Amino acid sequence: METALAMVVGILIATGVYLMLARNLLRYLFGLILLSNAANLAIFTAGRLTRASPPLIPEGLQAPEVAVANPLPQALILTAIVIGFGLLAFALALIVRAYRQLGTLDADTMRVAEPETKPKRGRKRS
Amino acid sequence: MSWLLAFPFLLPTLAALLTFLARERARLARVLSVGSCGLLLLVSLAIFALVESEGVLAAQMGGWPAPFGITLVADRLSAVMLLVAAVVGLTVAVFALSDIDPLHEQLGFYSYFQLLLAGVCGSFVTGDLFNLYVWFEVMLIASFALLVLGGERIQLDGGIKYVAMNLVSTLLMLTAIGLLYGLTGTLNMAQLHLALSEVDNPLALDLLAVLFICAFGIKAAIFPLFFWLPASYHAPPVAVTAVFAGLLTKVGVYALIRTFTLIFPAGDGLAHDILLGAALLTMLTGVLGAAAHYEFRKILAFHIVSQIGFLILGLALHSPLALAGAVFYMVHNIVAKTNLFLISGTAQRLTGSFELAEIGGLYRASPLLAALFFIAAFSLAGFPPLSGFWAKFLLIKASLDQAAYWVAGVALITGALTLFSMSKIWAEAFWKDHPANACAGLATLSGADRLQRLLPVVLLALITVALGFAPEPFIDFSLAAAAQLLDPGAYLAAVLTPPAD
Repeated sequence: METALAMVVGILIATGVYLMLARNLLRYLFGLILLSNAANLAIFTAGRLTRASPPLIPEGLQAPEVAVANPLPQALILTAIVIGFGLLAFALALIVRAYRQLGTLDADTMRVAEPETKPKRGRKRS
Repeated sequence: MSWLLAFPFLLPTLAALLTFLARERARLARVLSVGSCGLLLLVSLAIFALVESEGVLAAQMGGWPAPFGITLVADRLSAVMLLVAAVVGLTVAVFALSDIDPLHEQLGFYSYFQLLLAGVCGSFVTGDLFNLYVWFEVMLIASFALLVLGGERIQLDGGIKYVAMNLVSTLLMLTAIGLLYGLTGTLNMAQLHLALSEVDNPLALDLLAVLFICAFGIKAAIFPLFFWLPASYHAPPVAVTAVFAGLLTKVGVYALIRTFTLIFPAGDGLAHDILLGAALLTMLTGVLGAAAHYEFRKILAFHIVSQIGFLILGLALHSPLALAGAVFYMVHNIVAKTNLFLISGTAQRLTGSFELAEIGGLYRASPLLAALFFIAAFSLAGFPPLSGFWAKFLLIKASLDQAAYWVAGVALITGALTLFSMSKIWAEAFWKDHPANACAGLATLSGADRLQRLLPVVLLALITVALGFAPEPFIDFSLAAAAQLLDPGAYLAAVLTPPAD
């Protein structure tokens, strides 16, 4: 199972990186979304997989009797999903806003903050 | 007294909430913002004094002992970082009263500013790697909002580049944390130190180290991952740039120092070779960028990159003196850099532009501002007897001690080029006449504006001068902080020893 999930993570990262290499910002964002899912899945897999054994402690005992699934990675992923959702939603809103104001989604033509013209020399040469 | 450790992030978070509620009432929001920063400074001073008198402080949140709960820890490095962060917070909060217009106030500038401080302070006190990730995200989302607040074209353009790079860094950090957890089964930094010394898998360790270098390296803006910084730092209002310049990249450097002293303890190997190479290239490329530009804030932004190289150099050399140099340099640099951006804001207000070709005459119109710029700029360039001289001296001495002569050479060349680009600003903005003869003096600002703009700058300049003329106590402190970093015994004991009761 770990091998299968590791391969899924690999495929997600490969697809994500491929999308991120595009100049179109929306593709870049979709790539990021895939990468963030890959990261979450990697944490899940790194926490070891235990099938069909929820981390519940029987009544009256102090610890579970058999090997149970590790709940910590799931808690971490839950946090990461929420944070990732917020960040990616912000990024999407930013891209929409930038498209409206700058009129383009092509990263190569976004040169407002870094104009291609040579920086102005300080002193006027006479 | 360990509950005190939660205040550095609780206070700004509370202030963020209150200022958000009060965003329609500008006067109240302003008082809250400055007041909270004042309290933050007091709390940081108290923590600093406690750490100095009682050693490493640790607090287990919710009463769960480490490694099950989240631990907050403050050693000397954390304490001094908290203290400078609070100083920067307070000075920028005061400066913002004059610099931030009513539109930005209404959009919630003060809330995002406080949230940013909460993220920064949280990163400095946490003793848990996943918690560090959470604080990074708090800081990041606040910085996103601050960067594009107001939504001008240049801000959106710079903001996209900033967001794009920093989201990648976030994902790398998350992946690295997940894999590290898979390898060791813990995310408590102190326990990681113990667990990793038993891991016999050099390939996995190198891989993780490189992942962490990339993740924190993007935040810290090291070569070749720094391109988001000069693309975006000149876009937002000056108060925003000043707090970014002072704190954001330094949190990345702090995380690198913490990771590569506490978690990955070895002082050699692949990670340190990469850090050393990156440090030298960061120093050089940053300062060359600064030499090429003719816009006040772009020059300063490239200087940030170059200075980060010096900090990483201290970490990469990894001797007591080098790490002490990194601590000294960090404090000196945060103070001087924030100050330079604040001065650039006032210079722009007086002359009408950031473009060096379009401004001038500041030396004649406002000699006080020129003197303050001189202190900050020449301290950054490493002129004796200002603070930057001692910071550079420690680092160069450390590299000579290790017979790394070419490292010292690169550091000295970088210093010379820093001086060149600073004298460029000096000659263009201060000495030459204003092309349109339209440079206003400080006297043209209203009384409140003048106070809000000059008080922070004077305070920061005084710190620079004090560190320069009486460096000895602070060098001693830096050496003690470095000793604590290299021998984490006290840190481990404070975190992992269960409470007495």
